Amino acid sequence: MSRILPPTTALTQPYWEGCKAGELKLQRCTACGEHQFYPRTLCSHCGAATLEWISACGAGTVASFTVVRRGISDAYPAPYIVALVDLAEGPRMMSNIVDAEPERVFVGATVAVDFSAWSEDVSLPVFRLTDNGVIS
Amino acid sequence: MANKGLKGEVAIVGAADTAVGKLPGRTPAELCVEAAMAAMADAGIDKSQVDGLVTCNAMAQPMLYHAEAIAEYLQIFPRYCISVGAGGGTTFSIVHHAASAIVTGMADVILISMADSMRSGLTREQAMLVQSSTGHPQFEQPYGPTVPAYYALIAQAHMAQYGTTESQFAEIAVAARAWAARNPAAQMREPITVEDVLASRMIADPLHLLDCSLVSDGGSAIIMTSAERARDFPHDPVYLLGAGEGHSHEHISQAHDLTTSAARESGARAYAMAGVGPGDLDLAQLYDCFTPTVLVELEDLGFCDKGEGGAFAESGALRPGGSLPVNTHGGLLSHCHPGNPGSMFALTESVWQLRHTAGERQVADAELALVHAQGGIMSSHTTLILGRDR
Repeated sequence: MSRILPPTTALTQPYWEGCKAGELKLQRCTACGEHQFYPRTLCSHCGAATLEWISACGAGTVASFTVVRRGISDAYPAPYIVALVDLAEGPRMMSNIVDAEPERVFVGATVAVDFSAWSEDVSLPVFRLTDNGVIS
Repeated sequence: MANKGLKGEVAIVGAADTAVGKLPGRTPAELCVEAAMAAMADAGIDKSQVDGLVTCNAMAQPMLYHAEAIAEYLQIFPRYCISVGAGGGTTFSIVHHAASAIVTGMADVILISMADSMRSGLTREQAMLVQSSTGHPQFEQPYGPTVPAYYALIAQAHMAQYGTTESQFAEIAVAARAWAARNPAAQMREPITVEDVLASRMIADPLHLLDCSLVSDGGSAIIMTSAERARDFPHDPVYLLGAGEGHSHEHISQAHDLTTSAARESGARAYAMAGVGPGDLDLAQLYDCFTPTVLVELEDLGFCDKGEGGAFAESGALRPGGSLPVNTHGGLLSHCHPGNPGSMFALTESVWQLRHTAGERQVADAELALVHAQGGIMSSHTTLILGRDR
């Protein structure tokens, strides 16, 4: 069994191309200035359709997390960490925190984006703890 | 604006469950039909008197036109026929839709029957994958979240925000088991302690195995009709007094608040229709796919203040003899959980509690019950208030 691959769409192509190139792309609304995730055809803050792609700085904090002790399938060897990350630009996204001792992860820990090859064609943004998760 | 339209207009006049647990060799459709026939027998009616049918799809036997297939199987020819899918909230949300259909004359006698075979009809891996597909296909599922993991994110956030402890979550499982011990139909009846829960295998931190609901086969059905007609049936009618929904998101990564749910809105709407508050209720059946679900619902439905759910559970309030009997059949944690039909059993249990026929687990003089279910990942909420009197 292989890892679950995202069914990409035309709208989300810039996001996935960004991941492959090592950049986390977000939509920003040129009408209200807010960022959003996941990508949509309209702004989730003001409803405008005037969206542009920007590169996120890649910094975030852990809004919540769990250590999955029983993996979803053989392709996901447990334990692994599933987290909700609040990006510096505002939006929240789900991701994995990689290469971290579970005991070192906490709500409020600071993280930075990295990219992990999920298949030949797809890379996924994942996060690593920065300086043990504490803002220096 | 408060909607008073359905208060006391419709009643539940029949209720029945199949056996639950492990029922190999029985299809979900067969269980659905068995529950349906038993509910009609309980209501003292023949299938020819049913002119509305509601079902939900079965994960172990998906059908494109589920309600139509069950009607065909039963050889009934309803004028109101629909299959619903709102996750765990499916059962209760359809009750008020069915009530509206009765009030507006679209049907006179509605059968709601739901069943699935999550235990015997699917492998463990199939069951995990089909349930976790509630996650966003592009932006959540590739990271491998399991259903316990989604709820663990809520639990962890509640712990960080309010200091809630694993022991407080565990107490919710202990209370459910104490009720199940009084219910001969329950799948798991051996009493457990907080220590047992904490010593059980960690599934997704902070959720242990015993913080997670069961995986079961089973079916359950009710019969609804107008309050006027309800007096002609053999059992005491159980009236629908309040109903409300609340919807905040589908995917947990899109929730605007991890620790406060739309149960606040669904509860407020149901209380307003019924003209009652949390302090008026004799019992509450709260959706308990995982222990933190109950804790958040206790707070959002107003049984305690925000952040106080842990202390409230720890006080023993939910147990038999406690100040707020919760999940008197044992809930999804200890009675059974066959997937989307799961909260049907909270509904039939509420009917028996309000008929005063719940045996050893009867809540003395129960007059008013709240039943609450949610689907998705704390996404779609429905609260109903049921009573002995209109």
